[in-house]
Amino acid sequence: MIKLVALIPLFPLLGFIINGFFGKKISKSLSGWIASLAVLASFVVSLLIFMELEHSEVKSQIVPLFSWINSDTLKIPFEFLVDPLSSWFLLIITGIGFLIHIYSMGYMHDDEGFARFFTYLNLFVFFMLLLVLGNNYLIMFVGWEGVGLCSYLLIGFWFKNTAYNNAAKKAFIMNRVGDLGFLMGIILIFVTFGSISYDQVFSIASSGNEGTVTAIALLLFIGAMGKSAQLPLYTWLPDAMAGPTPVSALIHAATMVTAGIYMIVRSNVLYSMSAEASHVVAVVGVATALFAATIGLFQNDIKKVLAYSTVSQLGLMFLGLGVGAYSSSVFHVTTHAFFKALLFLGAGSVIHAMGGEQDMRKMGGLWKHLPITGKVMAIGTLAISGFPLLSGFFSKDEILAHTYEHSPTLWFFGQVASILTAFYMFRLLFLTFFGKFRGTHEQEHHLHESPSTMTIPLIVLAILSIFGGVLGLPEFWGTTNWFHHHLDPIIAHKNPSILNHTKEWTLMFIATAAALATIFFAYMVYIKNNILPEAKDEKLTGIKKLIFNKYYVDEIYEVVIRKPLDLLSEVFYKFLDLQVVDGIVNGVGSAVTGVSSLVRKAQTGHIGFYIFGMVLGIIAILFFTFIK
Amino acid sequence: MLNGIPINFYIMLSAVLFIIGVVGVMARRNAIIIFMCIELMLNAVNLLLVAFSTLHNDANGQVFVFFIMAVAAAEVAVGLAILSMVYRNFKTIDIDLLSRLKN
Repeated sequence: MIKLVALIPLFPLLGFIINGFFGKKISKSLSGWIASLAVLASFVVSLLIFMELEHSEVKSQIVPLFSWINSDTLKIPFEFLVDPLSSWFLLIITGIGFLIHIYSMGYMHDDEGFARFFTYLNLFVFFMLLLVLGNNYLIMFVGWEGVGLCSYLLIGFWFKNTAYNNAAKKAFIMNRVGDLGFLMGIILIFVTFGSISYDQVFSIASSGNEGTVTAIALLLFIGAMGKSAQLPLYTWLPDAMAGPTPVSALIHAATMVTAGIYMIVRSNVLYSMSAEASHVVAVVGVATALFAATIGLFQNDIKKVLAYSTVSQLGLMFLGLGVGAYSSSVFHVTTHAFFKALLFLGAGSVIHAMGGEQDMRKMGGLWKHLPITGKVMAIGTLAISGFPLLSGFFSKDEILAHTYEHSPTLWFFGQVASILTAFYMFRLLFLTFFGKFRGTHEQEHHLHESPSTMTIPLIVLAILSIFGGVLGLPEFWGTTNWFHHHLDPIIAHKNPSILNHTKEWTLMFIATAAALATIFFAYMVYIKNNILPEAKDEKLTGIKKLIFNKYYVDEIYEVVIRKPLDLLSEVFYKFLDLQVVDGIVNGVGSAVTGVSSLVRKAQTGHIGFYIFGMVLGIIAILFFTFIK
Repeated sequence: MLNGIPINFYIMLSAVLFIIGVVGVMARRNAIIIFMCIELMLNAVNLLLVAFSTLHNDANGQVFVFFIMAVAAAEVAVGLAILSMVYRNFKTIDIDLLSRLKN
């Protein structure tokens, strides 16, 4: 079965081709089902491959497909790599992808671009699978760019809205900054090690000098910053919420934004060689986690809160990567994919019921109108807040415990970020589902639970969010951590836990107590005292205003980067383009015209004159021949 | 010495004939006269070739002359045909008036 791994990306590609060429000719439900079944087929194959690999002795199998680039010393075969990491990501991508495809059939039902939506979605899944399956950095890069393209297409899906188009462009441009770093990293890998295949690079990685490896690791991390929305390249992700909600769930929460994490885990050999690079990853991660979490506190748009929460959670994952807890980060990617996809899809269900309204100040009291959505949202919120025994509790706890081993300071900031997360997530839940309805009468009348195509994926994800933690039960509980065991073969340097069990229990207790206290605090604020966010944004003052305006990061970028660039372009346009380039082009033209208007006068049309000229010429030739 | 006449005389005669031809081509406007002048130039060269051929006892020069005469005959045939067509169309063979291709 592993030999048939090429089937996995093939199915979504077929779905893309069918929907792309014939989407308008076939009915909506047919095109939706083609796309969904394509992803389901990939999921089934992924599952079979996963099980086969689980029982196989050889944990890392390379499946060569064809010779791709073959030029002198640069030989890049097109190969797929099936190992515990890629097979796990395959399951997440196709599994969550399938659920979101089903959900989209309900959510996008009345949209005129229905077939186009599924075309893009299938293309995205194809590229994402390519990204995780490739056996060298170049295939990863192809997938990396491909998902970036699909992200752009889907953020700007409603392209008639200029603001949405701008958000799409912003995402694309921000990502390009990161991609440049990634590309330079790949080139540096090739120059240093003479190959870009994972197996070859990692087997000779220890021969590289530490400075070069640090440079490679940092360049790759710049790529990850762009794709996974880390400081300072995170600003595109909140704006990316312009896309349809299933897109936010699939691309901007569950899969694409975790590509950066996949890449670093894949390159863990390089990162564990460079303490500096790892430290940078950890610091950027925790800074992002904290920064985004504070912004999340004051957002009123339900999707924006989730977007900042995603940025913050991704920061937490990078913190885990930075402290060498690679498998814990992948574990958090997994549980995060469950509960964040759930939360986004739940938010989509709320928005659907509210007729497109996304402002939480106009919601409230939706619990009785949307019973299923309300319950699954509550589960998702509990899971992300680290409520005991739900999935997020285990994964977050693992990362924080490993961080504590590494540096208690980083642990403290990580813990603060996760407390803030609990607070704003419960703020979201309470503002949306509890209290009185604050929207218009018309909206209240329109409220309805979503169709079953939307609620079934929600319920499945809710179950996964509750029980997902079973995959990685902590070892100090006396159980085996299946997840660590699974990923063991691909992690180069394992740090054995240096904490004793008392410490681990203490950390877990602190995390739990903090989460519960925060939930209680949020309850007091938003339910007991019924304090609502200001209806008018301009009434905010001081630090609240600063945070509400997202620390003015966009404005700072505007002034520091965009304005000077505009100015520079203006200078280049006015001087270099209009004066120099245009001057040369026009100068050549007018010089030719001027000379020819002179020479033209010799063309009298009198044959006698021509012959005279000819004779003169012959005489001149003879003359010069003889005097030589 | 050729038949008692020094070679220089042949050369001078040829040169004179050739220059008459050149001047004729440049100065005259009647196309037929120009034609005749061109023939004059050709024959000046022919004369020179025959003279030197005899001087050096080498037949190659005379073979050349035969070729030139044959080609010149063909050229005259074509040239006169062109001139007769020109005359039919323009009622003149004054080359200064034939400037239609200008501009």
